[in-house]
Amino acid sequence: MPEFTPALLVAGVMMVSLNAYALLAGADFGGGVWDLLATGPRRERQRHLIAQAMGPVWEANHVWLILVVVLLFTCFSPAFSLLAIRLHIPLSLMLIGIVLRGSAFIFRSYDSQADQVQRRWGRVFAVASLITPVLLGMMVGAVASGKLTSGGGAGGFVATFVSPWLTPFSFAIGIFALVLFAFLAAVYLTVEARGTDLEEDYRRRAILSGIGVFAAAGAALLIAGHDTSGAPLMWRGLVHSKWALVFQLATGAAALMALFALAGRRYYLARMAAGAQVSLILWGWAVAQFPYIVPPDLTMESVAAPDVTLKPVLLALAVGAAILFPSLYYLFRVFKSSETRSLSRPQ
Amino acid sequence: MDDLLAARSQMAMSLAFHIIFAMIGIAMPAMMVIAERRWMTSGEAIYLELAKRWAKGTAILFAVGAVSGTVLSFELGLLWPRFMEFAGPIIGMPFSLEGFAFFTEAIFLGIYLYGWKRITPRAHLLAGVMVAVSGTLSGIFVVIANGWMNTPAGLVMTNGQVVSFDPIRAMANPAAFSESLHMTLAAYAATGLAVAGVHAFLLLRQPDNAFHRRALSVSLLLGVPAAVLMPLSGDINARFIAEYQPAKLAAAESLFETQRGAPLVIGGWPDPDERTIAFGLEIPRLLSILAYHDPDAEVIGLDRFPREEWPPVAIVHLAFQTMIGLGSYLALLGLVTCYLMIRKKDLIKRRWLLKALVVGAPMGFIATEAGWVVTEVGRQPWIIRDVMRTADAVTPMPGLVATFIAFTLLYILLSIAVVWVLSRQILRSPKITEEAAHA
Ligand code: HDD
Ligand code: HEM
Ligand code: HEM
Repeated sequence: MPEFTPALLVAGVMMVSLNAYALLAGADFGGGVWDLLATGPRRERQRHLIAQAMGPVWEANHVWLILVVVLLFTCFSPAFSLLAIRLHIPLSLMLIGIVLRGSAFIFRSYDSQADQVQRRWGRVFAVASLITPVLLGMMVGAVASGKLTSGGGAGGFVATFVSPWLTPFSFAIGIFALVLFAFLAAVYLTVEARGTDLEEDYRRRAILSGIGVFAAAGAALLIAGHDTSGAPLMWRGLVHSKWALVFQLATGAAALMALFALAGRRYYLARMAAGAQVSLILWGWAVAQFPYIVPPDLTMESVAAPDVTLKPVLLALAVGAAILFPSLYYLFRVFKSSETRSLSRPQ
Repeated sequence: MDDLLAARSQMAMSLAFHIIFAMIGIAMPAMMVIAERRWMTSGEAIYLELAKRWAKGTAILFAVGAVSGTVLSFELGLLWPRFMEFAGPIIGMPFSLEGFAFFTEAIFLGIYLYGWKRITPRAHLLAGVMVAVSGTLSGIFVVIANGWMNTPAGLVMTNGQVVSFDPIRAMANPAAFSESLHMTLAAYAATGLAVAGVHAFLLLRQPDNAFHRRALSVSLLLGVPAAVLMPLSGDINARFIAEYQPAKLAAAESLFETQRGAPLVIGGWPDPDERTIAFGLEIPRLLSILAYHDPDAEVIGLDRFPREEWPPVAIVHLAFQTMIGLGSYLALLGLVTCYLMIRKKDLIKRRWLLKALVVGAPMGFIATEAGWVVTEVGRQPWIIRDVMRTADAVTPMPGLVATFIAFTLLYILLSIAVVWVLSRQILRSPKITEEAAHA
């Protein structure tokens, strides 16, 4: 068991935030994917349900990412700097995706209700929702693969700024993230659609994408094991560390439980299982690359800010959490509790 | 365009874009809360309608503010990784606090926008108050971080190397107070008077529309006091930079020679090579009076600094003049409005006042952009004054022109879309007569 240093505590908070981002904003991205794939006679109503589910919460969900970034540059600034240099291109593309998705979503909610205008904003929103998670996943893949050496720069432009993130492995992780978020969104939407004729639509989508998650995970693992293009370091962590096996088994169990719950129409259980599955995948990644923050050069302790920084930040996090969690609880109670759900609509 | 210039331009463009939406995000919630509160006390439904309409517009602008702010958080690293690597641990604290302010802001804005029918009116009003307070706090926290770049405090240096630092003292940096006060007032003044200008424009066409009358009174309530206070708060800033950042003041005033009883130059075009200023109107001793409240005080000029440490004099000077000029107009407009209101005159009948308000509508925002140019360009060549040069902070990534162009195009498109969507909202505003409003 590692020692609970301030650096480890901050890193833990960052992982919790990343986890919250994946569970909440991840599902919002997934919602965009289903918006794009909406079909059949109930197409417009499917889209409407997605917009209604996201409307009140997506901006709050998005702040989890900001928190991760801020903590990264405050407490592990050399890692932030390295990532910002080497992943400049995918980060910029991701930002464009974030800008387009957020603004198109809000324009669609508030602009003229004429069908054609709606459809145009809707298209931008959906396509940006598709591309952004892939880029996010590719960057996680680039980190996990251990190709972001801190030396960098000697090998020319492509070797420094492109090759680390444009690999089969990172691409596989990008697709994996996309399918996973779509799965998560579909599962949440079964809860939102309960009792309406949209329920079956989303149940079917959830089961299909749940199977897709298995396929994408399998592909990513195969590539990870492949020595040069994969993520050898990650692979070793995943296969050889004693914790890793526990995570693998638990993730698999949660995934199966989600699928069985969907088959039996037990949507709340499915939602919990899917959430657990996504969380376990993230923590499995964290454990597998521990103690590295950006392998192969930067460990957590080697880049951590001194205690004069970390301790006040931890204090601020504690005070902030005391305000944040009751507020979040209130937000989700107002909009996501079953008695009041049908009322929500922008005024 | 070399990479450094591209990075500086991209940063400037992104910040200049974001600040518009940030200011609206700071001030609009306060106006919505005032309108909603008037609805609760007076029972006039028109105020509720007003709060709801403003909320719609704010929702759109807030989302653009949130996404452009996200871009900035990453750009700090994408463009200035060396700066962030060094400064992150020192000045990350206000950014972390800002993170929580964003959370409260986004959470309660969600509740405010979508919760009209779901919670009690009182809880709803309270949600609005939370948005207004946390919006203001997020602005203050980020400006504190900027204050540290201008007056880096809490550093222990030996031989030009930082040996240790203290994040709490960095946060309590000397510039934090004057900058965050001035910025917060600017947000209220600019937004309040911009909204007043829009409704004044519509009142010129529909003088009887009670909707715009109510809107005008609420927006003036916020904008006018702030606009009147701007020169007073700006005086604190000017005296502050005279003491702590003399190169910035010297550039802003194009003061090439250190002198006692320094004159204030109004207008004019400085020539840094000749060290002269052409076409300016000189008012003797006024700069000494403004900067030190003493007609004989010595004001430090650019001659005290090596040439390569001068900020771009002409840009800073021009921006400073712009801010002061527009600020004087708005403060005067505010005073006249105050006078008329105290004398209980009907503002709507004075078409010249409505016209003056229309003219003033964009000025607060332009003054703000100009003010930031003074602060940021006036700090050059330093990214952290006297500690790190901007040129040493930039990323090694080549070809930054490409990202600069990409983000500029993105923001131009976004601006067009925002204007388009908003103007359709405004055009759809209701027409309500006074009689109907009281019914
Ligand atoms: C509504 C906008 C607005 C108006 C009317 C004014 N300002 Fe301003 N000014 C700003 C908006 C602004 C700003 C954009 O908000 C700045 C940039 C950084 C800051 O703290 O505030 C600023 C900066 C700024 C600075 C530089 C501060 C620094 O770098 O630390 C000075 C000296 C002044 N202002 C002085 C004035 C004076 C004497 C004004 C009298 C009319 C005035 N400002 C009106
Ligand atoms: C380097 C400078 C800046 C960075 C990194 C930054 C970052 C951000 C981020 C990440 C957000 C999004 C929060 C969300 O999702 O809700 C945001 C929004 C906001 N920012 Fe900034 N910001 C900067 C400059 C400023 C300045 C100078 C001000 C104001 C004085 C300001 C005030 C705000 C406000 C009020 C919001 C809330 C959103 C809105 O109302 O539009 N920011 N900023
Ligand atoms: C939102 C209002 C702001 C505006 C309009 C603004 C404007 C500018 C401009 C014009 C530049 C380019 C200066 C030059 O290189 O000649 C710049 C640079 C910069 N600003 Fe700001 N600024 C704002 C607030 C902030 C805040 C709050 C921060 C940080 C906390 C900040 C951090 C920076 C950094 C890191 C640079 C790049 C380095 C440099 O050029 O010195 N800015 N800004």
